[in-house]
Amino acid sequence: MSLIPLLLALSFFSFLLLDMAPGDPAEKKLAAQGIAVSREVIEAERIRMGLDRPFLLRYLSWLISALHGDLGISYKDSLPVAAKLVTGLKMTCRLAGFSLLLALMISVPVSILCAVRQGSVFDHIARIFSFAGNSIPNFLISILLMYLLCIRFKLFPVIAGDSLTGLFLPVISLAIPMAGRFIRQFRAEMISQLEMDYVTGIRARGVKEMAVLFSNVFRNCLGHMITVIGLSLGTLMGGSVVIETIFRWSGIGKLVMDSITARDYPTVQGFVLLMGTLYLLIGLVTDLIFVFLDPRVELKV
Amino acid sequence: MKTVVSVKLIKRRARIKAVIIGSLCILLILAAVLSDFLMPHDPNATSALLIRKPPSAMYPFGTDSFGRCVFSRVLAGAKTTIFATTFLVAVTFAIGTILGIISGYYGGITDSVIMRTTELFLAFPQMVVAIAVAGILGGGLSAALIALGVTAWTGYAKLARSHTLSIRNENYIAAARLAGLSGWQIILRHILPNILFPLITNALTQIGTTMIGISGLSFLGLGVIPPQAEWGSMISESRAYIQLAPWSVLYPAAATVLTIMLFNYLGDAVMELGAAERRS
Repeated sequence: MSLIPLLLALSFFSFLLLDMAPGDPAEKKLAAQGIAVSREVIEAERIRMGLDRPFLLRYLSWLISALHGDLGISYKDSLPVAAKLVTGLKMTCRLAGFSLLLALMISVPVSILCAVRQGSVFDHIARIFSFAGNSIPNFLISILLMYLLCIRFKLFPVIAGDSLTGLFLPVISLAIPMAGRFIRQFRAEMISQLEMDYVTGIRARGVKEMAVLFSNVFRNCLGHMITVIGLSLGTLMGGSVVIETIFRWSGIGKLVMDSITARDYPTVQGFVLLMGTLYLLIGLVTDLIFVFLDPRVELKV
Repeated sequence: MKTVVSVKLIKRRARIKAVIIGSLCILLILAAVLSDFLMPHDPNATSALLIRKPPSAMYPFGTDSFGRCVFSRVLAGAKTTIFATTFLVAVTFAIGTILGIISGYYGGITDSVIMRTTELFLAFPQMVVAIAVAGILGGGLSAALIALGVTAWTGYAKLARSHTLSIRNENYIAAARLAGLSGWQIILRHILPNILFPLITNALTQIGTTMIGISGLSFLGLGVIPPQAEWGSMISESRAYIQLAPWSVLYPAAATVLTIMLFNYLGDAVMELGAAERRS
């Protein structure tokens, strides 16, 4: 499906979120700001927020301002939502980027070794690790790490905040389940490539095993790997909400949880719109890379 | 060098493995169903005298910071988690499968409408949508289930459609059509039974993921409402006291991990079994 209708649907869904919340938006806004509400105050606020206009008209005007980078005003502190989200996003990108890097640094060499030495002790250990990484929720990994490294062995401060040492534990907590998933998928893809006829053909021509592995097999796996990575970024976005809340990393995930607690719905709405858009764009980019890597695939936009 | 193992032996091994893991899962479900009778104490009874007591004969998993029996709460949590997961997987499986089969069997405009809708929901990051929907609906287990269900049915729909497409031009379907069976009769009698196994295998692999999702939302405070026992929310409640009462975190954590591992292993075992059956 092409990008524009998906983006429109995403924006409509995000807009709908605000109406899904139980209660009257004007009343909720005033309640979130701690203003005592009387009927007249609510009525005045309703008109000021434009709630007396029909739904579709409100959606259109919201969409037009969203396209101009204006996602409304936070109920909590009356700051523009877009600016708050961008500040959080920068912190989250730092966290997510390092986690992705660590997960790849673990999973790529491990899965290559597993595929080459299929059935060896190393392969079994790696599969157990990958299975465990798939089965342990990331909040448990982070609590366990916190308990062992911060409380038992006192290697890290419990609340390090946004410093570089503060980055260490959340990055590991996000990277472990991701590496587990990557190893499982990369290993399977490497093995299925190794079993193909062309590998036998190249080997028969006397090409060195290392060359077969890296310039043929690994290259052919790359497209699949990029797709897996792209899809896992959606899980990473959800995971970072949990991890940032636990480690008090002031990224976009902690921002959205704070906004949910404070009933600051425009920020939640902006979060969904921003994350959804990013995810769609990531999907597009991975498709483009896939086409670039494999000329047999035709691009459909 | 790889040892050569006969197909028959592989099949037998896969079958034994699936049966063992399957019975363990059934045992766990049974424990959840019978949890009301297995609990030594009321899981919600608080006591000021029993705050954060270490495990003992009376309280095998100790007590939490409200003086509640952790063992009873872990059992009550099993009921919450397993029932909620089974319910969600069953409902999304049914909806997705029906839509997928209709899409694949009828084709045409029906197919495009259903598939475009599926792709739409598939295009959004699941946990982000779940957190936002659960957060805005204001918590509670039913809100969490709706939030996770919004996107969970899409996988089943895509799979059911592709399997339906692969058999819809077979002779026996054409024969059934010539015999005058209606579309619904063909779907129920001929298509569904033939594609059910891979679909159920896929549903089994989703149980673990769904449990991770539910406990994650509960951990964030977007799942069950306290004092209802659920492993994710128990861990979240007790994590501030992990130094004083590690048992109140570690036992529900162990229960979560073991259950998810068991169900993930079941999914793998059934998938292996399917692969072995296909080979012969």
